[in-house]
Amino acid sequence: MWRQAKWVEKPIIAYPSASRSGFRVPFENDFTEYERQVVEMLKELGMEREELGIPNISELEVVRHYVRLSHMSYGIDVGPTPLGSCTMKYNPKVCNEFLKEAGVEDVHPEELEEYIQPLLEMLYRLERWLAEITGMDRCCLQVPAGAAGELAGALMIRKYFDDLGEARDEMLVPDSAHGTNPASAAMAGFKVVNIPTNDRGTVDLDALKAVLSNRVAGMMLTNPNTLGLFEDEILDIAKELHSVGALLYYDGANLNGIMGIARPGDMGFDIVHLNLHKTFAAPHGGGGPGGAAICAKGKLVEYLPRPLLDFDGRRYFWNYSGSRSIGMMRVYYGNVPALLRTFAYIAMLGGKGLRKVAEIAVLNTNYLVKKLEKVGLADYLELTHSKTKPRKHEVVLSAKKLKKAFGVTADDVAKCLEDQGLHPPITYFPLIVEEALMIELTETEPIEYIDRYVEALRRCIDLAKRDPTAMRKMPRNTSVGRVDVVRANHPKHLVLSHKFEGFAELLNKFRD
Amino acid sequence: MEIPWAKNSDEAVKRRIMEEVGIASIEELFQDVPAEIRLKRTLRVGLSEDGEGVSEYELLRLAKRVRESISNPRIPPFAGIEHCYHVVPSVIKELIYRGELYTAYTPYAFEINQGLLQALFEYQSLIAELYGVEVVNASMYDGSTALAEAVRMAIRVTKRSKVLVSEGLSPLKLRVLETWLYGLGIKIERVGLDERGATSVEEAVKLVDRDTAALVVETPNVYGVIEHGVKALADACHEKGALLVVFANPLLLGIVKPPGELGADIVVGEGQPLGLGLFYGGATLGILGTRRDLKLVRQLPGRLVGMTLTEDGVDVSYALVLQTREQHIRRERATSNITTNSALMAIAAAMYLSLIGGEGLKRLALSIASRTLYLKTRLSDLDGVEVLYRNSPSFLKVATRVKGMSVENVIRRARERGILCGSNLSRYGYGDNVMVMCVTEAHSRSDIDELVKVLGEVLSHVEAS
Ligand SMILES: Cc1ncc(COP(=O)(O)O)c(C=O)c1O
Repeated sequence: MWRQAKWVEKPIIAYPSASRSGFRVPFENDFTEYERQVVEMLKELGMEREELGIPNISELEVVRHYVRLSHMSYGIDVGPTPLGSCTMKYNPKVCNEFLKEAGVEDVHPEELEEYIQPLLEMLYRLERWLAEITGMDRCCLQVPAGAAGELAGALMIRKYFDDLGEARDEMLVPDSAHGTNPASAAMAGFKVVNIPTNDRGTVDLDALKAVLSNRVAGMMLTNPNTLGLFEDEILDIAKELHSVGALLYYDGANLNGIMGIARPGDMGFDIVHLNLHKTFAAPHGGGGPGGAAICAKGKLVEYLPRPLLDFDGRRYFWNYSGSRSIGMMRVYYGNVPALLRTFAYIAMLGGKGLRKVAEIAVLNTNYLVKKLEKVGLADYLELTHSKTKPRKHEVVLSAKKLKKAFGVTADDVAKCLEDQGLHPPITYFPLIVEEALMIELTETEPIEYIDRYVEALRRCIDLAKRDPTAMRKMPRNTSVGRVDVVRANHPKHLVLSHKFEGFAELLNKFRD
Repeated sequence: MEIPWAKNSDEAVKRRIMEEVGIASIEELFQDVPAEIRLKRTLRVGLSEDGEGVSEYELLRLAKRVRESISNPRIPPFAGIEHCYHVVPSVIKELIYRGELYTAYTPYAFEINQGLLQALFEYQSLIAELYGVEVVNASMYDGSTALAEAVRMAIRVTKRSKVLVSEGLSPLKLRVLETWLYGLGIKIERVGLDERGATSVEEAVKLVDRDTAALVVETPNVYGVIEHGVKALADACHEKGALLVVFANPLLLGIVKPPGELGADIVVGEGQPLGLGLFYGGATLGILGTRRDLKLVRQLPGRLVGMTLTEDGVDVSYALVLQTREQHIRRERATSNITTNSALMAIAAAMYLSLIGGEGLKRLALSIASRTLYLKTRLSDLDGVEVLYRNSPSFLKVATRVKGMSVENVIRRARERGILCGSNLSRYGYGDNVMVMCVTEAHSRSDIDELVKVLGEVLSHVEAS
């Protein structure tokens, strides 16, 4: 039976402190004669810091502490992490090595271009590849993550209509959309209009037509969508939007299910963002950093953030020109490690390999669906919307009947999977599916692991039938049992740092 | 196996799966993709024309070629409007490659990811301690976007539409801020600097009014001057119900009173100095925190980790909390659209602070300030440059006005001599021929002497040898 490590590790800020730190400041003695002057000046201005409650601990303690914390963590290197929408694929280790070998750690972002031409060349080639993959004309590599790409896209749409002198203030978003879509649209000052999903699990075209007007600036869409279904009426959707002068934005988070098979540019999208940490080989880092690109076609290229990377036949350079550009989404050029990992990944796969990625990812999803059906789980973990259409990168299951019959929720199923050493799927998203479990295996999950995942789900359903109370007490094999989220969020018990009263009380627990 | 790390790409395995699924061809899974948009050719990407990929070894050969043809300066760079060259401890380089951490997702499944959650809670605590606030979120993308979000937060909290920005804020962050505020009808006004190079309190008092959402200052500012009137600026803001947003360098706070203690309502920073390396500008870490005031905390963007107990009350545990602020729940009414953040960099920063400790950080900060003073002193003796704000307390950066040659030329010629000597601030419309130089713990006294010598040669038109 699997058991996760359970170390008793105090928060490091509460570690007993030595009198001095062991840290050696490089060349410290070169400058001691200036220290007095600095201190005097700060004192005079009343700026000198008195308290700084960070303990002085040894390197060994720091290393052990974080290695132990890593034992109580779970990533794709440990086991399947089939979080739908997140595209948790294995990233080949050579991408790390590539980054080290290319020696970019010490390259300053303000280094003069002529000294780093080979680095710029790689980034330039990557930009061309991403444009080709999306069917767009140009990409800007600056955006740090997908959501920032969405904001950039929404701002581009906004500025585009401002420049045209058109007052369009509505952004359409399907009700199945990821929360970042409406949030990004709102940040750019748009009013969000939700478009319902039809029985087939795709955008309700009639409902869409009904809201179209010259107030509509655009629509944000992902394809395949968050139900894992391909929007097969995408050409009509694009036509309708374009017919009222509105633009179509592609949320690239689900590209893994269609890469190399169809391109957003050919589907009629005008602006596209890519999440490099999902589709390619940038790790998720426990939540970030990721990497992204924002790409555009035709007249919208002018609106992309600046700088863009250009080549004049002789040298690669950052081009800041573009008076219609929305500006700069963050300082400098982008999350370069994620960009270089993506370069490495695409180089290793080539065009054929990228298509294979999508094919196997989709095959895996449908294999899972079939297996669930075969072992008789489809009743309690059922497909919603179209039951026969092949899924693409992911599948959404509803545990509605499970809840109704045994009072066991999607969250309980998730905890039961945790108990078997498996990372649960995304739960309760998309919002239009009750008790949703959203599973995305990606191309990298081996068949045996998929089988084991299904077997684990079967055990959960069996237990739900036999002993739902036991299920609600799970997990027990993880480093800790079920976390009290009500307490964690309660204003009286809220502890967001060591500066909250509750911290001292919780520290007492480490005495036992 | 066609994809070495994906077993199911193996022809035999794939066939087996296809059989189970009940399809004869993969195409069947894509029947619903209209024929006219199906790509009828192979994507033209990768290193070879034929659409094939390369081996691991070939890839590394390419990387090696890149490294060998990148020409690094012979001593650590002195450039840095935003990021300066800092030392990265070996512990961080090794530990951030722990597979359990860097290949994990956001710890939504709390019980199986306690380690990750605890590390993020520790980051929040260490940064809260450093910046003198109670609440710090679990990271933003980078300092510039954290600042933009801080200002948006201030606008939501105050429901006002004017933002005052000190002329000491770097031009790049200002550009990012303008971009993130586009289309909201927000007016940005600048507050000038006094004769010592710090944000003018007098001017701030005049400009802060009942329409002002926030005043933004950076310390040390883009001229390297430590903002020494933060308390007075906070008072000026609070008198009119505006918020003070302070963007502070985390290392500076080893020796200088933290902004939270001086009355800042929102604190922001760039975590890059905390052992994250340069990597040609990213990925770094956006620091964002605030006072423990529910009115502010409810408007704080980003994830928050809370410390609590398990349901059975036995174990201390951690969870993501106050999630109703976030996009996946609140959608268009969320405080921000952020989801992917900079968690791994936050953990690296926590490792860094744990490793150097409070006392180490004090010494480090003092030593950087001393180097800054040393560089100022040396440059004062140099013909052709005028040190700006010569007698003000400064940290990390020294600003100079160059005479008789454009800054662009100075930088180019010094670079020909193997030194990346500084940044051209005037390129962004700041001052007249102003160059900023950055000195850090990576620079020895002889490095700085070499910088001054090379600048002297360049400015007196001595030919490079
Ligand atoms: C469908 C969808 N859109 C957008 C996003 C946001 O992307 P990111 O996390 O890179 O900001 C995500 C992932 O979180 C997603 O799954």
